[in-house]
Amino acid sequence: MASNGPNILKGVNLTKLRKAVFGKTTYRGIIAIIVTLIFWEACARLKVPVIGMIPAPSSVARSLTGLLFEASYWESWVVSFKRVFLGFIVAQIIGIPLGLTMGMRRTFRDLSFPIIEILRPIPPLAWVPTAVIFWPTPEMSMIFVTFLGAFFTMVLNILGGVRNIDIRYIRAAESLGSSKKDIFWRIILPATLPSLFVGSTVGMGITWEVVVAAEMIASRSGLGFLTWKSYVAGNYPVIVVGMISIGIAGYLSSSLIRFLGSRLTPWLKII
Amino acid sequence: MSGQMEITSISKSFGVGPLKQVVIEDCSFNLESGKLTVLIGPSGCGKTTLINLLAGYDTVDSGQITIDGKPVKSPGRERLVVFQEAALFPWMTTFENVTYGPLVRGEKNKKEVEREAMELLRKVGLADFKNKYPIQLSGGMQRRAELIRALINTPKVMMMDEPFRGLDAMTRELMQEYYIRLFEENRLTNLFVTSELEEAIFLADRLIIMSNKPAKPREIMQIELPRPRDFKMLTSREYVRYKQDALEILHEEAMKAFAAGSKASVADFLEAYSATKEPAETDK
Repeated sequence: MASNGPNILKGVNLTKLRKAVFGKTTYRGIIAIIVTLIFWEACARLKVPVIGMIPAPSSVARSLTGLLFEASYWESWVVSFKRVFLGFIVAQIIGIPLGLTMGMRRTFRDLSFPIIEILRPIPPLAWVPTAVIFWPTPEMSMIFVTFLGAFFTMVLNILGGVRNIDIRYIRAAESLGSSKKDIFWRIILPATLPSLFVGSTVGMGITWEVVVAAEMIASRSGLGFLTWKSYVAGNYPVIVVGMISIGIAGYLSSSLIRFLGSRLTPWLKII
Repeated sequence: MSGQMEITSISKSFGVGPLKQVVIEDCSFNLESGKLTVLIGPSGCGKTTLINLLAGYDTVDSGQITIDGKPVKSPGRERLVVFQEAALFPWMTTFENVTYGPLVRGEKNKKEVEREAMELLRKVGLADFKNKYPIQLSGGMQRRAELIRALINTPKVMMMDEPFRGLDAMTRELMQEYYIRLFEENRLTNLFVTSELEEAIFLADRLIIMSNKPAKPREIMQIELPRPRDFKMLTSREYVRYKQDALEILHEEAMKAFAAGSKASVADFLEAYSATKEPAETDK
């Protein structure tokens, strides 16, 4: 046991990684994807109503191979990613301190909570017209809208996280002689991290939803616009390429958050 | 020797108006320096509230609590609490939990603290688990870790709030042994709160039996079993006599609560009864 201890602390455990990559879960995932593709291709070839109207995987793959060598396709990725991450990061920068302060200071919470609760139900997309008007550049309005997507989820999750901290942790820390600063950095912050990452993961999902819709309405670039443009031009396989690209982009972003989360909250990984 | 606590006619109630609930009323007793005082009473009789007051997490409505003559106003490292369910910090390893107190106060150098921590970990059989997180420890290990997280700070008074509650019988016995061995070694003033009579008598120098709400000492018994203690004493004649005396009083208290007739009291009674029923039967 003792010799085993430090090995776990090294972070990335090779045996575990190998198991994760070559394990049963991976095989099952791959099989599921292949079966879905075959089913989809068959539906398209047999002209099954509704489902058969979607361009077949083979034609989507052909469009995709073409697009892979076009700079404009990759630019769409970059543009959308930039919007998502800028909005998301600003949401973190403002949302984390706000949520923490709301959790710890009652007066501040009483003052700010009603405002947040009134603004929160407004769908980020409803902000698009106003955002376009009051932000100097269209790009800034896009980022603002994605920011809104992540912001409220972040704040509410962090607020909930702080308020749910077991009072015994704080009491124990007080008894042991912690200063206010210690209690914040060594008790409240780590205790809130799990809900912070839940908020981030959900928030990241919402930013992708928002950015794609916003690009369709108010932009001339990005993966959302690529999809919309192909629809307008009647280039159906590219619509599917756009959709799948958005799916993959969202998945990559969430994976990144999950990875950061598991690195920063190692105590949640059970044995 | 220090660590003498005097509790003088304290009262505490919660809520206002018709919802006001008096939990503790005119309660006086003391914790003798270097003695293990056990406080026993049915669940819900206000024992945890009492601990919160002694620890300084909450303030009394009236009366006074002093330690070595100085009034208790806020939490402090000279009075440490081991909570009902383990309150180890989940985001720190066992080792980090144990060293937290001394390091955060910065009164000793890191090497020294780490050496002391290792020694205590070894003493309670946790040396191999020092890099594990609390979630990876069993219930008994968590309580032991919490015990030494408090002990490393050399408090004047240790307060144990039903620390072994929820452990299975075997682990509980083991914990009692660890605990009593540590106590007999360091002889700090200890307050141990429990609702289990066997545990109470086995550990105690002094046994305070609480009356039901509002809580105040109903009876203070001196338990003069020799130390060091072991489980063989559970069959000795003195032990059985102490237990019968205590049971009588506890039973009276439970009946009183039952007669009072409120819903809460009936629940308390049932709990109190189930906590003492088993030894009562074996006595006959």
